[in-house]
Amino acid sequence: MAVLTDRPAAAPARRHQRAARTLATRFLGYATLVFFGLVFLYPFVIQIGNALKTEPDAAANPLSPFPDPLTLAGFERIFAGTNFPLWLGNSLLVTVLVTIGRVFFDSLAGYALARLRFRGRGGLFAAVIAVMAVPGVVLLIPKFLVLNQLGLYNSYAGLVVPLLADAAGVFIMKQFFESIPVSVEEAARIDGASIFRTFWSVVLPMAKPALITLTILSFQGSWNEFPHSLVSVQDPDLFTLPRGLADLVSGSLGKGTQYPLKLGAALLATIPVAIIFVVFQRYFVRDANDGADKG
Amino acid sequence: MATETLTAAATAGPAGPRRRRGGIRSNENLAGWLFVAPVIVILGLFLLLPILMALWVSLTDWNGQGSPFTGDVPFVGAHNYTQLFTEDGLARRDFMTSIRNNIYYVAIVVPAQTVLALGLALVVNNRMLKGKSFFRSAFYFPSVTSSVAISVVFLFLFANSGAVNALLGFLGIDGPEWFADSRGVLHLLFGAVGVDSPPAALADGGPFGLTWWDWLAGPSVAMISIITLVVWTTSGTFMLMFLAGLQNVPVTLDEASTLDGASRWQRFRHVTLPMIRPTTFLVLTLGMIGSWQVFDQVYVMSQGDPAKTTLTPAYLSYRTAFRDFDYGSGAAISFVLFLIIIILTLIQRRALAERDTDRPRRGLWRRRVPERS
Repeated sequence: MAVLTDRPAAAPARRHQRAARTLATRFLGYATLVFFGLVFLYPFVIQIGNALKTEPDAAANPLSPFPDPLTLAGFERIFAGTNFPLWLGNSLLVTVLVTIGRVFFDSLAGYALARLRFRGRGGLFAAVIAVMAVPGVVLLIPKFLVLNQLGLYNSYAGLVVPLLADAAGVFIMKQFFESIPVSVEEAARIDGASIFRTFWSVVLPMAKPALITLTILSFQGSWNEFPHSLVSVQDPDLFTLPRGLADLVSGSLGKGTQYPLKLGAALLATIPVAIIFVVFQRYFVRDANDGADKG
Repeated sequence: MATETLTAAATAGPAGPRRRRGGIRSNENLAGWLFVAPVIVILGLFLLLPILMALWVSLTDWNGQGSPFTGDVPFVGAHNYTQLFTEDGLARRDFMTSIRNNIYYVAIVVPAQTVLALGLALVVNNRMLKGKSFFRSAFYFPSVTSSVAISVVFLFLFANSGAVNALLGFLGIDGPEWFADSRGVLHLLFGAVGVDSPPAALADGGPFGLTWWDWLAGPSVAMISIITLVVWTTSGTFMLMFLAGLQNVPVTLDEASTLDGASRWQRFRHVTLPMIRPTTFLVLTLGMIGSWQVFDQVYVMSQGDPAKTTLTPAYLSYRTAFRDFDYGSGAAISFVLFLIIIILTLIQRRALAERDTDRPRRGLWRRRVPERS
């Protein structure tokens, strides 16, 4: 009430004050955005710039994004002097297989957990939730043990098969299938379609957004996967990109820091995910929030 | 509404309304198991079974030769565990050093990334600013890139003649040799006030084989560069979580408190912060769970050096098994780490349940959040 009574007298001054404060807030807001924009993006700018520099130039002017002189020598050496093409091929193969496997197996299981009534379903879902909580980093030695025991150590199968399904993907698909109306499936089933047929030709086409999300997550996850390759293969011919990159850094290059080369190789390894991020941004954002939900 | 009932009917389980078509039930039983079979086989074979195998190996002295599941492998009982805690020796010293390093790491990373993520979310959530979606993506982008590739970039940024030292040079500061510097930050602070060597009281006799002086070293200069990298890469993800939380704060509430004359800080402190409390708790616990798993960055950037000051339990477990061929000790370390993370996960699951208070089914938890009224 007090606010109402003193408003007429104080209004102009207050409005003025408020306008000034809004302006100040905006300025401060943009300044913060730009500052942190630089903090988060400038390292990538530096990476690109220095990948195109000569080694002395990179050492002398590490902050500058402009190469002087500009040279592709680093990239030439990546392709001529390292196993980069091989790593790239291995990474592509592993990523494609793992992505296909995850999308297919995770949606099958997700559908069963969401819709089919079978004995043990509740227990299985609880197990999926429990498995999501198992931290990957404590599985290093266990994974090596089982691959060794099964004779899969140092093979493509060892690189791919253990990653073909993941609990988080099953969870995402289950949540999605539960959100679409059951009536269409019922109609298909009444028309005599088998369960798999209903799933394949009726339900999956409706699940496109979730499938895209899962494809992107699987691609990104397996493209970036490092610890698994560390404990599943030892043969340099089976190295994936992250593994090869780590090997470059830990000294397989021999003398010199060779930063332009290393930065260039890291850049090439980042580009596929960067492109997918730019194109499919909204799916990434959704994932982060799903992450909040599932924990 | 119709959708909800249908979904409910479909997922109702045995107690739910029976369908009229009888034969389908047994059909579904078989199909259900067939559908989940591939996932069960893969996760069972490469996740559950190996954990049991590792549990066995952690009770042996297997050195990597032959199979660990034959009678030839010496069974040592709990020795691999006791040497981490009760026997004085290198194993315990390394393990406790890694625990110390990781505690300091968590103590800086978790608060830093949480505050940064919340700050970024508040700015990006501001209704008055334009171009927010660009910046939101920019802040989030580091989170989706390869940890190895990003570590390579940060190796360059923190190199002796790297960008960070060049930047410090502008400010007139002579930057350290980041990855060669094992001095603890707290030790440096003590040095600044004249305490250069351990006072007699701290020189020995600390818990678990490390002196008090060692426990109080703080994160090393080298560790600070890894901490910087991790805060930089993870803040974006947590920013998105905070954004989701902030979008649940009703605008009317904010406006009402503005009309009541609350200052911006008061609004943040007494309206926003309580409203997003569950998200904050979630971010804190997820951050702690993640921080105990730091591995890739250590592997690429420092391999535990200098002077073991970037050794973490995850990396130590890997190194013990695959470099020293002491698989039993390595497995034991990873089970201790597993235990730490499981405890943190249980705390976090409770936080999640709390966050879901507005869902009627979880009424049990509602009473625990008095702010929501």
